[in-house]
Amino acid sequence: MASTAIPVEREHYLNTDYGIRSWLFTTDHKRIALLYLVTITVFFFIGGFFALLIRLELLTPAGDLVLADTYNKLFTMHGQVMIFFFLIPSIPAVLGNFLVPMMVGAKDLAFPRINLLSWYLLVAAGIVMLHTIITGGVDSGWTFYTPFSTAFSNTKVIEAGLAIFIAGFSSILTGLNFVVTIHRMRAPGLTWSRLPLFIWAHYATSIIQLLGTPVLAITLLLVVFERAFHLGIFDPTRGGDPLLFQHLFWFYSHPAVYIMILPAMGVVAEIIPCFSRKRIFGYSAVAMSSIAIAVFGFLVWAHHMFVAGISLYSAMIFSILSYLVAVPSAIKVFNWTATMYKGSIHFDTPMLYAMGFIGLFTMGGLTGLFLAALGIDVHVTDTYFVIAHFHYIMVGGAVMGYLGGLHFWWPKISGRLYPEWLGKFAALTVFLGFNLTFFPQFILGYLGMPRRYWEYPPEFQVLNVLSTAGSTILAVGYVLPMIYFLWSMRYGKIADANPWGAAGLEWKTASPPPTDNFREIPEVSWEAYNYDEIPAPAEVPVGR
Amino acid sequence: MFDNFPLWPVPASSGAGNVDALFIFLVLLAGFMCLAIFTLIVVFAVKFRYRRGHRAEQIEGSVPLEVTWSAVPLAIFMVIFVWGAVIFFRERTPPREADAVYVVAKQWMWKLEHEQGQKEINELRVPVGRDIKLIMTSQDVIHSFYVPAFRIKQDVLPGRYTTAWFHATRPGVYHLFCAEYCGTEHSGMIGQVVVLEPAQYEAWLAGGSTFGSLAANGESLFRQLGCPTCHRSDIQGRGPNLVGIFGKPVQLEDGRTVMADENYIRESILSPNAKIVSGFKPIMPTFQGLVDEDQVTALIAYIKSLSRSPEGAAGPAKPAPGT
Ligand code: HEC
Ligand SMILES: [Cu+2]
Repeated sequence: MASTAIPVEREHYLNTDYGIRSWLFTTDHKRIALLYLVTITVFFFIGGFFALLIRLELLTPAGDLVLADTYNKLFTMHGQVMIFFFLIPSIPAVLGNFLVPMMVGAKDLAFPRINLLSWYLLVAAGIVMLHTIITGGVDSGWTFYTPFSTAFSNTKVIEAGLAIFIAGFSSILTGLNFVVTIHRMRAPGLTWSRLPLFIWAHYATSIIQLLGTPVLAITLLLVVFERAFHLGIFDPTRGGDPLLFQHLFWFYSHPAVYIMILPAMGVVAEIIPCFSRKRIFGYSAVAMSSIAIAVFGFLVWAHHMFVAGISLYSAMIFSILSYLVAVPSAIKVFNWTATMYKGSIHFDTPMLYAMGFIGLFTMGGLTGLFLAALGIDVHVTDTYFVIAHFHYIMVGGAVMGYLGGLHFWWPKISGRLYPEWLGKFAALTVFLGFNLTFFPQFILGYLGMPRRYWEYPPEFQVLNVLSTAGSTILAVGYVLPMIYFLWSMRYGKIADANPWGAAGLEWKTASPPPTDNFREIPEVSWEAYNYDEIPAPAEVPVGR
Repeated sequence: MFDNFPLWPVPASSGAGNVDALFIFLVLLAGFMCLAIFTLIVVFAVKFRYRRGHRAEQIEGSVPLEVTWSAVPLAIFMVIFVWGAVIFFRERTPPREADAVYVVAKQWMWKLEHEQGQKEINELRVPVGRDIKLIMTSQDVIHSFYVPAFRIKQDVLPGRYTTAWFHATRPGVYHLFCAEYCGTEHSGMIGQVVVLEPAQYEAWLAGGSTFGSLAANGESLFRQLGCPTCHRSDIQGRGPNLVGIFGKPVQLEDGRTVMADENYIRESILSPNAKIVSGFKPIMPTFQGLVDEDQVTALIAYIKSLSRSPEGAAGPAKPAPGT
């Protein structure tokens, strides 16, 4: 519980220095994590605002709220902002940045300055993106399909492409930093098999970032070249091949889905054992499934292209490979669930998010089986079925994981507790709002409503109204945490070093941690999740 | 079903039932799996909730369980894969005798042309109970031909042909959507497929047609463009005899063999030097820019027709036309 033993004036990473320069030139991974937190929160709300406008437009079948061109820009920029400026950086750059060094018992990441550089790159990219948005926007779809993007769109494709190009370097550098840190800076005794699964997940994610992002960068550069200098790369009237673009684009953008979901899986693998007071079930299966996902994730890209004009047999190969990559995800779900078995379960806010994550991710994953089935994909690809499916993975999965992680580590980050009842209320609101928003879209998709439609036939209206209603509830669920987190920074109860009684090195140092994390580098002689050795916080769970 | 709140798309093609069957199977499977996971979570959550003095029991994991819950899903996945692939295989292999309809997509309209010469815009009339093969290309960006009631969708690309086919089973009017985002009026690029009783369809065919058939249009174009100077119906021409080539393998100069399908003919006309027929010189001029997509379509229909009636000549068979 909140302890009075902590001296009020203890020095920690937040109060060592206050000036703006001490933030902008910091090399402390924890401060950089907070810089990221602020940055991506801004983008989250921009992207969310676009989403709300999209849902409002779709309230009625006629295109009556915004112009067609505006609508096309809205869904394009919603996708670009949410994916490249929120989801991809989200857990790695905020929670990963904060926690990876602490979890491995290091004083900082391997390259603190490069870490700061990656934040600056994201900010630079963000400024270019904002400039694109403000000066007219872009309507290529986040997928930049050619030849529309290179030869037909009249909007700021080049600028948006460059923004994402720059953001990619931020992502590559973060991945590089994590890989080196995890390899070289583990505390004595912290063998690979003792690493928290959060670290395994980030390791797998970093590999994808390192190997995949350069391909996206090259692809976008080719788009820019074709558009600016009229080279014939993807445009068939100049001798190019539009399918080549799709292959290159999805070679990155399918693994990118795992960049977004793997870290969330890592978060859940921390939360569930803690609130079940149990060692994780099947540690090595969960760890290895992360690596398997990272590897197999690179072999399934063309399942986005079953009706795009690829050959019959290549479609079959990509279909079967897509089923293979589903296995490690299934393994994870089973192991998380099994972890709760014979536990002693506490229902604090992070656990609610983790349980919500399992449910929504399961639904997202299972509907992925539909899409990988060739015969079904033909009917539902490019419809709202796909939209629902990937929002279940990326919002139901990744965002739930992110929020769960924020709530779990907030006491560590800020040294304060948020009001527990509000946390629970928000978690429930998010869960309900999410399902109401996206479940009807599965039905819409099977009925045949195509995605990216500004107007639609009237028989689809009822389901669209439900979806829009859900989105307003979801919005409330997202605004609440922002308010009470801010509130808690000043008025929240003081948190002690380990308010949840969690395992993991990050809980062995004070909250908030000192600038160099540990007074002395810990020596690890125990397995991860040794919950048999850690008592639950006092007798009463925190916050009640 | 309710008109304003449908929950299931009407099945109106011979393939729709197959897709629906697999879909229903998957809904049941996914429903069962969700239910199982959710029940477990709820049961564990209630049964093993925190109680004073009660402690968790530490369990490491279990290799037999890991193997089981990897192998069983994998086996089920393979069943789904095969089932889906079988449906897809059928969707992607049009019957040989299907009636062709040529589709040209452009921002933001569908142009459809029947072999008999009827042209339609954003509306496709087809008879019930016949196999219809769509041969599609785009004049600008990528579009996608999507008829939910038939459960078919195929992207339509500029610079090449893609095909799709269906066999309508139920007369009615169905949505035709463009499913690949194509710019401003993407959501306006819609139309309808009107499935008619055969008699109604025949009447419609007989009624409207003031144009010649597609192949006949192609033939006159063939002459206008001077193709017969090189392509004659004997072996004397500077170019290969085109009679009967369609649907047969062609031996190329570089040793490869290609199938003479729509894409190949199209390429032969627009970029003739891409593939050189064995024994000929690359002297055929490109017709890129001289013919539009509709005309290419007509030329192809004509060359195809040469394979049906061996008598049809591909050159100045009768009176020598304007050479
Ligand atoms: C100057 C002579 C010439 C003219 C005019 C000409 N072609 Fe050709 N065509 C050739 C030659 C030579 C070849 C074989 C070499 C090659 O593949 O390019 C050929 C090949 C073809 C082929 C591939 C035939 C096969 O057996 O695989 C097609 C189809 C074709 N031409 C259609 C046309 C059409 C349609 C036109 C009129 C729009 C036309 N050609 C005009 C000379 C000509
Ligand atoms: Cu279109």
